[in-house]
Amino acid sequence: MRRQIEGARGVAESVAACRPQVVCAYPITPQTHIVEGLGVLVGTGALAGCEFVNVESEFAAMSVAIGASAAGARAYTATASQGLLFMSEALYNASGLGLPVVMTVANRAIGAPINIWNDHSDAMSQRDSGWIQLYAETSQEAIDLHVQAFRLAEEMSVPVMVCMDGFVLTHAFEPLEVPSQEDVDAFLPPFTPRQVLDPAEPVSIGAMVGPEAFTEVRYLAFHRQREALGRIPEIAADFAAAFGRDSGGLLHTYRCEDAQTIVLAMGSVLGTLKDTVDALRDEGIPIGVVGLTSFRPFPMAAVRAAVGGARTLIVLERAFSVGVGGIVSADVHMAVAGLDQRHHTVIAGLGGRPVTRVSLRRMLLDAEAGRLEPLTFLDLDRDLIDRELARVRARPRSGPAAENILRDVGVVGARPH
Amino acid sequence: MGTQEIRYFQVGSHAVGNRLLDPGQRTVQSDPERANALTCGHRACQGCGEALGARYVVDAALRATAGRLVAVNATGCLEVFSTPYPETSWQLPWLHSLFGNAPAVATGVAAALRAQGREDVRVLAQGGDGGTVDIGFGCLSGMFERDDDVLYVCYDNQGYMNTGVQRSGATPPGARTATTEAVGDAPGAPFGQGKDVPRIAMAHGVRYVATATVADLRDLEAKVERAMEVRGARYLHVLVPCPLGWGSPAALTVRIARLATQTGLFPVYEARDGEVTGVTTIRRPAPVEEYLRPQKRFAHLFSHPSGPAALARIQEAADRNIRRYGLLGDGGPS
Ligand SMILES: Cc1ncc(C[n+]2csc(CCOP(=O)(O)OP(=O)(O)O)c2C)c(N)n1
Ligand code: SF4
Ligand SMILES: [Mg+2]
Repeated sequence: MRRQIEGARGVAESVAACRPQVVCAYPITPQTHIVEGLGVLVGTGALAGCEFVNVESEFAAMSVAIGASAAGARAYTATASQGLLFMSEALYNASGLGLPVVMTVANRAIGAPINIWNDHSDAMSQRDSGWIQLYAETSQEAIDLHVQAFRLAEEMSVPVMVCMDGFVLTHAFEPLEVPSQEDVDAFLPPFTPRQVLDPAEPVSIGAMVGPEAFTEVRYLAFHRQREALGRIPEIAADFAAAFGRDSGGLLHTYRCEDAQTIVLAMGSVLGTLKDTVDALRDEGIPIGVVGLTSFRPFPMAAVRAAVGGARTLIVLERAFSVGVGGIVSADVHMAVAGLDQRHHTVIAGLGGRPVTRVSLRRMLLDAEAGRLEPLTFLDLDRDLIDRELARVRARPRSGPAAENILRDVGVVGARPH
Repeated sequence: MGTQEIRYFQVGSHAVGNRLLDPGQRTVQSDPERANALTCGHRACQGCGEALGARYVVDAALRATAGRLVAVNATGCLEVFSTPYPETSWQLPWLHSLFGNAPAVATGVAAALRAQGREDVRVLAQGGDGGTVDIGFGCLSGMFERDDDVLYVCYDNQGYMNTGVQRSGATPPGARTATTEAVGDAPGAPFGQGKDVPRIAMAHGVRYVATATVADLRDLEAKVERAMEVRGARYLHVLVPCPLGWGSPAALTVRIARLATQTGLFPVYEARDGEVTGVTTIRRPAPVEEYLRPQKRFAHLFSHPSGPAALARIQEAADRNIRRYGLLGDGGPS
C-alpha cells in the first residue's frame, strides 16, 4: 500500500522491517529523520528486540556497530557529510574485519565551507573504504535498497552503504511503498555471522597482520566485492520477483538503444536528466541515460556494455577530486578503455545547487555541437571567480575567499574590505 | 631455643602466601584451574607490568563470570604483543578494532548481547593510558554517561609505549618521554598538566571506580571480582610499570609499583556512585625520591639544576594525595 510519507520515514520503516538488533544514532542533517523515526519505532515496541543507542559521535556510532556486528547482531546506523568523515577510521575497520553493517548516507556536501545541502562528496571521500556503495535514484529505490543491502551485506560479510540524496530524497514527501514485515521476513533470512564473539568458541578478531599475509587478507576483500558484482543483480531480481518492483542492480539504462550520446550519473539527478533527454529525443536527438546504482563494486563490464555504443559519453558527477576533476569518470574511462569515444566530465550540483533542465539541456546541446569542454563545471559563475582572483592578485591579505564571494553575491552585509 | 622466625617472601606487602589461606580466599592465579586467558608466548618485554596486570584482570573476570566473557581491546602494547598474526595469546573471545574506540565497541558488544537475550555474557574493555585518557576519551565518557554494561580497564604505564614512549595525558610531570625530552630549562613533562581519569569517572557517577597496581595483585583480582558483581559502567585504573619506557630494571616492576603507592603518588582506592568508599592505606610511607630514583625517565631530576624544585613539587603532589584520600589512615575517607 502506498502512503504519502517522507523519504526518511520510508527508509526508517524499511530498516525496521529488516529487524536490526542494534541501531546507533548520532544526529546530522539531513540524516536526522531516519534515526529519529527508528527511535520511535523502537520506543513504541513496533521494532522489538532492538537496542537503540544514542552515541556521542559518529566515530562511536560506527564503533558500536562494529562491536554489535562482531557479537552477532544485525547492526545499522545512518549519517552524512562531516559525520561520515568523522567515522572514516571505523569505516575502514568495519570492512577490514568483514562486518556486515548497513548504513544510510544521506548525501551532503563536505565543508569547508560548511554546507548542509546535497552532493556526493561525502560518500565519494569513502570510495576506497571497502564498503559496498549503492546509490538510490528515488526514495522508493532507497527504501527497497535497504532490504537488499542487509541481504547482500550478510551474504558477503561486507558492509553496505545505501546512499540517498540529502533533502531531495530524505525530506521529500511522496507516495511510497514500504515493504511489509511478512514480505521482508520471507526475503531476508536471520543474520548468520561468519565470525562471532562467543565464549563457547573463542576467537580473536582484529589481530595484527604483517607483510606475510596482509596482501592476501586485503585481496580477499577485493574478491568479496567482485563476488558481490554477481550477487547484486541476482538479489535485485529476487527482490523484483518478491516485491514487484525493479530497484537496485548494477545500473539502469534509459533510452540507450540507438543513443549517439550517453550521460551517466548517480542519484536523484537522474530524474531531471531523463526529463531533459525525453525533450531532446522529441527533437530527434539520440541521447540516452545510464543510472549507476553500484559504484562499489564498480561494474566495469556492465558499464562498458551499456555505454560502449555511444560516440559521446558524458559523466555527470555530484562531486569532484580537487586537482584532477571527475571521480566516477576515472572508473568509467577505465571501463571503456580502447573505445573510440569522446569523453566529457560534468561536475554539477555541488553543495545543493539545483541541477536544472535548462542547464542540462544547454550542456547537452553544447556536447552535440562539439562545444563542451572535456571538464565542465555546470553553471559556474565565472565572473565571481574572476573577481576573487583579482582580489587575491591585488593584495596579499585578501581575506577569506568564501566571505568575499558571498559579499559579491550580496548575501553578506557590505562591510568594506 | 630451636625456634625460627617465619619469613614472608612478598616483603613489604604484608601479604601471606596462598597456602596459609582458606581455598575460598586464595588468588585466582593460585588456582590450577585458572583460565590463563593470556597465555605464555606473547611478546611483551621482560618485566612488563601491563602483561602481568592484564593476565590477572582477565583471569579474575573470567572466574567471576564463569567463563562467559568477551574482551574488547584498544590498539597498544597489549594488543600488539598478544596477537602477532597468526598467533594469539587470548583464550577468550577477543576483538580489537581501533586505538580510540574500545569503549564504544564494547558498548556495541553489550548492546548486541542484550538484544540477543544473552546478558549472562559480560563485556570487558581494555586499553593503555593513551587509548583511554586521550584518544579514546570521548568514547569512554559516552560509555560512562550511558551507563553501558561494560567494565573498562585502563593499564596505565604513563605514556604511549607501543609507539616508542611518547607523552600522554597520563604522563607524570618531570618524566622524560620521547616528546618531553630531558632538555632545556625544564626537562621532562611539564608540570600542571595531565588528567586524573578515575576522578573524572567518579564525576560521571560511574557505579564502580577503582584504582589498583600490579604490586597488590590480590587487591587487583578482588576489585575485578567486585566490579563484576555490578551491572552498568565500571572503571578500573591499574598502574603498570613499563621497564622499557620508564628505564627501570625488569626485576623491579612490582617494587616500583608498590613505591608509587607508598609515596602517595598513586592512590589506591575504590568508589561507588561517585563517592570514595575504600582506601588502601600506606603501611610504610616513602619519600618520592625512593620511587623516582630507580627510573631513568626521572634521572635528570637528580642532576639538573631544576631538579630540587621539581622534586619538591612532586612531593607536594604526593602529600596532597595523602591528605585527599587519607592514605595514612588518619581520618580520610577510608
Ligand atoms: C588513530 C591512531 N593514532 C595513532 C596510532 C598509533 N598508536 C598505536 S599504539 C599507540 C600507543 C598506545 O599507547 P597506550 O594506549 O598508552 O598503550 P601502551 O602501548 O602504552 O600500552 C599509538 C600512539 C594508532 N594506531 N591509531
Ligand atoms: S614497552 Fe612497556 S608496556 Fe610495552 S611490552 Fe614493553 S614493557 Fe610492556
Ligand atoms: Mg601507555
